[in-house]
Amino acid sequence: MTSARYLSPFLIVISVIAIFAACLFGTTPMAGGRVFTALIGQGDVTDSLVIWQIRLPRALAAFIVGAALGASGAALQGLLRNPLAEPGVLGVSATASLTASFVLYYGLIGTQAWLLPIAAIVGALIATAIIALAAIRTKSVVTLILVGVGLSSFAGAVMSLLLNLSPNPFSLFDLINWTLGSVANRSFEDIALAAPFLLLGFIILFLSRRGLSALTLGEEAASGLGVNLRNQRIYVVLGAGLATGAAVSLAGAIGFVGIVAPHIVRPFVRHDPARSLIPSALLAGVFLVVADIGVRLVPTQSELKLGVVAALFGAPAFIWIAMKRQGGGAGPS
Amino acid sequence: MNLKAENITVRAQGATLVENASFTLKPGELVALLGPNGAGKTTLLRASLGLSKPAEGHVTLDKDEVQTLSPMQRARRVSYLPQIRPLAWPNTVRDVVALGRYSHGGSLGRLKAKDAEAVDAAIDACDIAALSHRKTDTLSGGELARVHCARAFAAQAPLLVADEPVAALDPRHQFRVMDLLKKYVRNGQGALVVLHDIALAAKYADRFIWMKDGRIQAQGTPEETLTEERLAHIYGVKSRVEGAKVVVEGAL
Repeated sequence: MTSARYLSPFLIVISVIAIFAACLFGTTPMAGGRVFTALIGQGDVTDSLVIWQIRLPRALAAFIVGAALGASGAALQGLLRNPLAEPGVLGVSATASLTASFVLYYGLIGTQAWLLPIAAIVGALIATAIIALAAIRTKSVVTLILVGVGLSSFAGAVMSLLLNLSPNPFSLFDLINWTLGSVANRSFEDIALAAPFLLLGFIILFLSRRGLSALTLGEEAASGLGVNLRNQRIYVVLGAGLATGAAVSLAGAIGFVGIVAPHIVRPFVRHDPARSLIPSALLAGVFLVVADIGVRLVPTQSELKLGVVAALFGAPAFIWIAMKRQGGGAGPS
Repeated sequence: MNLKAENITVRAQGATLVENASFTLKPGELVALLGPNGAGKTTLLRASLGLSKPAEGHVTLDKDEVQTLSPMQRARRVSYLPQIRPLAWPNTVRDVVALGRYSHGGSLGRLKAKDAEAVDAAIDACDIAALSHRKTDTLSGGELARVHCARAFAAQAPLLVADEPVAALDPRHQFRVMDLLKKYVRNGQGALVVLHDIALAAKYADRFIWMKDGRIQAQGTPEETLTEERLAHIYGVKSRVEGAKVVVEGAL
């Protein structure tokens, strides 16, 4: 009870600390005091520039991408009643980055910047809708994951085709960057472009949260309780599609955060999908901010990609959760 | 609150699952819906609750056509305990019972006083107060059955429809669950219960609805409708019936 109540405020504090910490690191590390004066608009002009133009937007981008994926993961898990559901695993991120890549590939982005988030969102919505349709037809959790794997593979194949046919090394590099996932060099303009869709997705997910709790009892009992199943599915698909699509348009495909964060949060909110939404979003945001600090601190020749680091930690966690579920017999699925 | 189903026919993929079924359910009565597997009991219940749309016929809750009610309005009038009762997450018992308040707007973790009261009353009625902070994945089948009953009671709907609430329970727990339902009915609410144990049904039910091959074959009090011929016709079993005492001797 109490842990659930203080979880979100606690995570908000952690989020602020993480984003502030992210402003400390970079090519020239700055002390906390310098960052603070720069943040409130006083002090050195170059400091302000570095903080406001480079580090803060990057940290914020990492945070909101994580938050979008965390909330989408928690909502999809509630809808599908499966702790392994997540935009990355279900192929939503891959499909979104594929449609976004099309826009990049055909150079449409130069003319209309807003095409990118739109394209990513369209991809995400297509994928989430396919998953939701599959979920109606099959009761099997495994089948659902396999549909996601199929979607991922298909998106990956088309992506490879794009790479294969890529006319010049520059667009090749762009596309690869996109599939690896990164928040480097993101500006407030980029964030502003994705933000409305992200926010709308959040709001839709948040409004549909009570139905997610009811779905704990299965679809039959939930509809008996008064849940409109069709609308519930549409809302979660729409909300997760908007949020994930916007996240992908900002950072490319970043997987597994949407699994790990809700998994950690769940015991603290007494396994209620509704109450896991906000803490999952915050925690996933913190994860990506911290991972992005790591990306910048690890001394490698070319900078590590955030999506790669997320997968390096997230994929083993995914396998662990999956194996525990099989062995523990978490009940009828 | 009266539930009135009239001439319900349900078809799916060319097959007729329920044909021309009519029945009523009133507060203060416990009605047992009896019939072999595949008789169409669950299909009839779902159509009666407005969860599926029948091909023909209609269902009213007092004056309102059930199909015109929103899912929430309907859920406040009839509580439904389905046959399959999965629990996706290891919630606490109290949270599962609190889900019964969904149609009243109750959210887990922040129940209004009235919702909390209803939840506590349901927990007390089903004698699971000692379990209320346990996680559902640590409970036995008998305990879970009572938790699900409490969840259905918590809605405080005038009517309750329960599909095989005592399936897979040992005799003592079957009696305990039926006692709960009886108590619920004595409180002035009505219950329609699918049962497979004829002796249990005879002990508790005020009225029987006999179903076979998608049709309601007979309805009435146990005294009127519980006969050896009926059991032979409905279930294909040989039996001895003496008043409300039933001994099923074997398959015919």
